[in-house]
Amino acid sequence: MKKTVDRAAEKMIEAAAGYSIKTVWDRHETMEPRCGFGDLGICCNICLQGPCRIDPFGPSEQKGVCGANADTIVARNFIRAIAGGAAAHSDHGRDIATALLHAARGGGGGLRVTDTDKLKAIAGELGIETNGLSTNEIAEKVALSCLEQFARAPISFMNRAPEALKKKWTKAGLWPKGIDREIVEVMHRTHAGVDVDYRNIILAGIRAALGDGWGGSMLATDLSDILFGSPSPIRSRANLGVIKEDAVNIVVHGHEPTLSEMVARASRDGELLEYAHQNGAKGINVCGLCCTAIELLMRQGYPAAGNFLSQELAIITGAVDLMCVDVQCIMPGLADVAGCFHTELITTSPKAKMPGVTHIEFEEEKAQHIAHQIVRMAIKNFPNRRKDRINIPEDTMDLVAGFTAENIFTNLGGTFRSTYRPLNDAIISGRLRGVAAVIGCNNAKVTHDEGHIAMTKRLISRDVLVVQTGCSATACAKEGFLRPESAFEMAGKGLQEICETVGIPPVLHLGSCVDNSRILRALCEMVNEGGLGDDISDLPVAGAAPEAMSEKAVSIASYTVGSGVFTVFSPPPRVEGSRNVTEFLTAGIEEVTGGKFCFERDPIRGADMMIAHMDEKRKALGLSGMMYGKEAETVEATSS
Amino acid sequence: MKGVIVVDVEKCLGCKSCQLQCALEHSRSKSLHEAIYEYPAPQWRITVEAVDNLAAPLQCRHCEDAPCVQVCPSQALSKPAADAPVLLDGERCIGCSLCVTVCPFGVIAMDGVAGAVIKCDFCLARLEEDRLPACVEGCPTNALQFKRLEEVAPEKRKKYLTGIVLD
Repeated sequence: MKKTVDRAAEKMIEAAAGYSIKTVWDRHETMEPRCGFGDLGICCNICLQGPCRIDPFGPSEQKGVCGANADTIVARNFIRAIAGGAAAHSDHGRDIATALLHAARGGGGGLRVTDTDKLKAIAGELGIETNGLSTNEIAEKVALSCLEQFARAPISFMNRAPEALKKKWTKAGLWPKGIDREIVEVMHRTHAGVDVDYRNIILAGIRAALGDGWGGSMLATDLSDILFGSPSPIRSRANLGVIKEDAVNIVVHGHEPTLSEMVARASRDGELLEYAHQNGAKGINVCGLCCTAIELLMRQGYPAAGNFLSQELAIITGAVDLMCVDVQCIMPGLADVAGCFHTELITTSPKAKMPGVTHIEFEEEKAQHIAHQIVRMAIKNFPNRRKDRINIPEDTMDLVAGFTAENIFTNLGGTFRSTYRPLNDAIISGRLRGVAAVIGCNNAKVTHDEGHIAMTKRLISRDVLVVQTGCSATACAKEGFLRPESAFEMAGKGLQEICETVGIPPVLHLGSCVDNSRILRALCEMVNEGGLGDDISDLPVAGAAPEAMSEKAVSIASYTVGSGVFTVFSPPPRVEGSRNVTEFLTAGIEEVTGGKFCFERDPIRGADMMIAHMDEKRKALGLSGMMYGKEAETVEATSS
Repeated sequence: MKGVIVVDVEKCLGCKSCQLQCALEHSRSKSLHEAIYEYPAPQWRITVEAVDNLAAPLQCRHCEDAPCVQVCPSQALSKPAADAPVLLDGERCIGCSLCVTVCPFGVIAMDGVAGAVIKCDFCLARLEEDRLPACVEGCPTNALQFKRLEEVAPEKRKKYLTGIVLD
């Protein structure tokens, strides 16, 4: 199997082999063959009587020591993964809410409310009376109201959902009782000897996931916009070539925007720039990895050096003077790779430390001071580079990012009629087939970036507007799909016309992985605009995570399915060991929420199944055929 | 107990349980939670290898005309009888690794700590107690089976015929 389709990554993998440095791909090979029981989800590690493993070849149905069968074991493991993902997103949301509270109370450290319009809009949604209150007083109330939602219902932003979906949630008992509470309940239900009914177990998982998507993640997005400013379309670049040979390179990595925003500010500080010059550098270059990169990219246009599987490769350029990490998707292997270079690796979150790695703990009240300290460390380390080990690939790609649920319609509709009408009309007229969200991680089990690129290319060539977040967006950014010009190179004729008229790329970057909540919001706006049914499940839309890796991806896919979306997810989230669970997730659940999973491993076939789903929904809505005809061709093309 | 280890490739999930049990059998404590702290660490003599989507365990086939026995310059490797396993005398082994290079299955390895080679001993001590080899016992899907060689061919013939009749 090819390791990557990214030229820059390929060069760095070769360089790593030359230095005998082990990377994620070497470790992946060492881990082969993976344990089949674990992979199928039929290994139960929950109680100390186990581990119990169900023999999938057994002549009769096997049960674990406690009597749990494969259905129960698989369902329990699956929703524990959801809980892990929901916890990560939601705790990220809590940190942002806490930072907002800190800023509102004048806690210092340089944090302050940036987008007062959005603050007021959100306060309105939360039912907070703003008359006569100062910005900080409103912000305090907003932060406290959001923090309250971790403990108990209602989760306010769920009101954004269409009425039809809310009815489905009521009928199936899917309203979360609080963001944290549902995660706790998942852990309780899956404890030895509690919930045995696989459907009941899975629905509890979906409820926890909805608390993530419409709660933890959504408030992380909205409160980040309030604190650091709402994004607007912005040009930048992506790939390892954004690392500069003659400047101090600081790579921010992880998921939260708080510290990285302060580091970016510090990198523009006159005194520090002068210090950089004194150390022989021409400037200070801040770029990022994973979603921390994206938070900075969306709001300020700082470049993205790469996605999840590029993290070790960035260090192998030999030119990263400092990498500072916060939380999530930070490979422990980074410390080993950094040890082979001059790179200073810094952990900053009390939740994420590494043995032998310098830890500078982030504290809100000292945010500015800490950011300056980190930048100073990077500059001080610049002269320690080994010249013979500097090997920066030239590859970079232009991109446009910064789309949101709020600004997307200003772009689609123009300043004077900023509504979703033009988008809905384009779908109704058959110029656009529908909208697809291609999101998610990288996974060393599949060729780096290939799934994202192949699937997205297929979709846009069939007149599907693609929206993206996270590592998937970075993959397509590196490939050039986020340039407006790419519409003429690979989009279908209908999509091309839309892109040309509006001046957007055929693939829209909506932000980090918590920003998948922006996609939920955009779907609600499409329903509200009218003409495309009265629920999200009526829309000709689909979602996909073609290179899923993390528990967060499992949670995202689960809230997407729980919100009525057809969702392609690969590799499968360790559920195949139970036929009943797989059947429920890929079919039965559609009756409950209107959405369902599809575990197709091939990205092109996955894209075609999304297209077929959109065509089915178009038919159900009684919409006309596609303007530039390409109806059934897709499925035939792949079967040949 | 006499027999051969047979692998049903279709049943192997690649869980490496056989490796774990083999190492445990060759540990001092024979107890997993203690064995993981032993030094030198217990080693396995069987490995699960994967090619594409196929995984299967490989260990010494105890060849009748064993190339490793032939090339061993110090008589560390021996096959006392035609139906006996190929045995290693670690004391005699000089670590020249000739056997590693001639073994057609690649199932002899160098033991970094002992300065000698390491290979499957067919769990002779267990067989004498009428117990199955550790890997066979540890296999959760019965991909590894212990059979008398005389059983193997007739079983294959029956399976083959059943296939034809059912088709």
